[in-house]
Amino acid sequence: MNPVLRSGDFWSGLVLAALGTYIVVTAHGWDYLTEEGPGAGFFPMWYGGAMIVLSLLLTFAALLRPSKHAEVRWKDVSRAITAWVALVASVALMPLLGFVISFALLTVFIVKVMCGEKIRTALIVAICGSAGFYLLFEVALELSLPPGKLF
Amino acid sequence: MDIVSGLLHGFQVALTFNNLMMCVVGVVLGTVIGVLPGLGPPATIAMLLPLTMKLDPTGAMIMLAGIYYGAKYGGSTTSILLNVPGESSSVVTCIDGYAMARKGRAGPALGMAAIASFIAGTFGVVALMLVAPPLARLSLAFSAPEYFALMVLGLAMVVLLSGESLTKALLAMFLGLWIASMGTDIFSATSRFTFGQVELMGGIDFIIVAIGVFAVGEVLGNMEPAKPPDVLPVPKGLRNLLPTWEDMRRCRFAFVNGSVVGFLIGILPGAGSTIASFMSYGIEKAVSKHPEEFGHGAIEGVAAPEGANNAETGGALVPLLTLGIPGSGTTAILLAALILWGFKPGPLFIQDSPELFWGLVASMYIGNVLLLILNLPLVAVFAQLLKLPAYMMYPLILGVSIVGVYTSASSMFQLALLCGFGLLGYLMRKLDFPTAPLVLGLVLGDLMEKALRQSLMMSQGSISILFRPIPSVLLIVATLLLIVPLFKKFNAARLQVIDREA
Repeated sequence: MNPVLRSGDFWSGLVLAALGTYIVVTAHGWDYLTEEGPGAGFFPMWYGGAMIVLSLLLTFAALLRPSKHAEVRWKDVSRAITAWVALVASVALMPLLGFVISFALLTVFIVKVMCGEKIRTALIVAICGSAGFYLLFEVALELSLPPGKLF
Repeated sequence: MDIVSGLLHGFQVALTFNNLMMCVVGVVLGTVIGVLPGLGPPATIAMLLPLTMKLDPTGAMIMLAGIYYGAKYGGSTTSILLNVPGESSSVVTCIDGYAMARKGRAGPALGMAAIASFIAGTFGVVALMLVAPPLARLSLAFSAPEYFALMVLGLAMVVLLSGESLTKALLAMFLGLWIASMGTDIFSATSRFTFGQVELMGGIDFIIVAIGVFAVGEVLGNMEPAKPPDVLPVPKGLRNLLPTWEDMRRCRFAFVNGSVVGFLIGILPGAGSTIASFMSYGIEKAVSKHPEEFGHGAIEGVAAPEGANNAETGGALVPLLTLGIPGSGTTAILLAALILWGFKPGPLFIQDSPELFWGLVASMYIGNVLLLILNLPLVAVFAQLLKLPAYMMYPLILGVSIVGVYTSASSMFQLALLCGFGLLGYLMRKLDFPTAPLVLGLVLGDLMEKALRQSLMMSQGSISILFRPIPSVLLIVATLLLIVPLFKKFNAARLQVIDREA
């Protein structure tokens, strides 16, 4: 793959330039200066503009001098993203299954799939972990955990 | 209230059963997270902060501060026994600490780390107690323009020392400012960057960003299978942990050096304990009669940096409590905690909240004694934590993060934001964007915008108000700090400092 396309600086520069543009365009719709002083758009206009300039600098630097250092190892990223998707799925399931079951499922996934432990270990950690959270927060500290329709 | 009566009042507060227990919990937890590589004080404090909302603020602050300085003690254990720093501030301890352990002197290295941490940590608290009240009185003369300039200077220092790329550090800071802008503008009632979501009208809770970026981002970044650590054994018995009189004599200057350098560096925003420990190590080596022993197990090479990183804590609390300006990610979270509990760190903080200020100072004296007691005989027990499998740590951190965010707002929307900021934290690490400017930008963004707009309102929109003596000096220094890296010679020095930190 072209080193520029593997460069994290190139892509992050583009994303941040887009964000900077969004900030400036949105802030343009608000008051910049009013009779009382600076309006709601004053501050965002300045940092949004600075963001565009700096992120384009980052992108052009990556284009002109693609460095090995800035290349992203996508294999590493895929493991982290897998774990992140599991976390998102667990949070998405909470309104249905509640914290205790969703967290147990997330724990099984992390221990078994991400850390490569035996399923028995994963189940023990998941059950003990969920029970521990329930007893500590719901029972002892009287703090409510995310409730679900089922639990 | 003068210093003596303030301190006496502080001990009355800190020695109540409840606050004493909070101090014990804080320092033990701090030592534990200091020992465990990968989980730092900002992540731990951020995760626990929502759970402290039901507690008495003084006790909660005593506990969170205990985590902050306790982690500095724990960090040395991993550096000495494993050659892996438990905390970034203990990086330099690896050099001579691990060399001593390999020569069979792990005991005196661990003992000296604890003794130096105690001496310098206590010096840091004494200096905090002496410096903070007069500085607070001095800063009473500050109004909105001075505060704006001070915050710009703080951010410039953090940006300057936060990463190899100044561009990335600035972008991270602007991202923090953007997140801080979300919600309803209090001056004009305009909804800014809310994407039509009612939940965003009140802005994004700092806690969600801090837990997401520090804790969840850290777990995602640590998902790589790691090699099991090869831990050197801890000698049994207290006698084998105590340094000899000759060791103590050799470290006399290191105690002074670590204490003074650590405290002074701590006051500067952005510099932090890692730089303090490297500086004191460099000074120690430069003035030593045996510089050739450094790197091969010189005990002064353990005492000076361990002292410096503990004295730095006292220094870092000076601008936080007297000016309301944090200098690092951890102190930014402590500032957010104080604001959430309804306090206003700044010139009037000591006067308005003497119980919290003096209680905290007194608890730090107690905490340092507790840490010395804990770290000498129990170091072998703490070292066992290094054998704790990662598969138990990751779900635990994620679980506490979820519960922490949920208990602060009882909203599933906030949990979705947590996932988003977790991914952001991971990507920032992966792409070498420093996280400290983001967090500081987020904490200071709102205050900075308010101060700037108040200043310009005071002057009917004229920027000349920022040219008053104090703001203009501060802004010139901030500008110079950001221009300096453009000169090769200065940038090389800056990168050297950052490289050491990395």
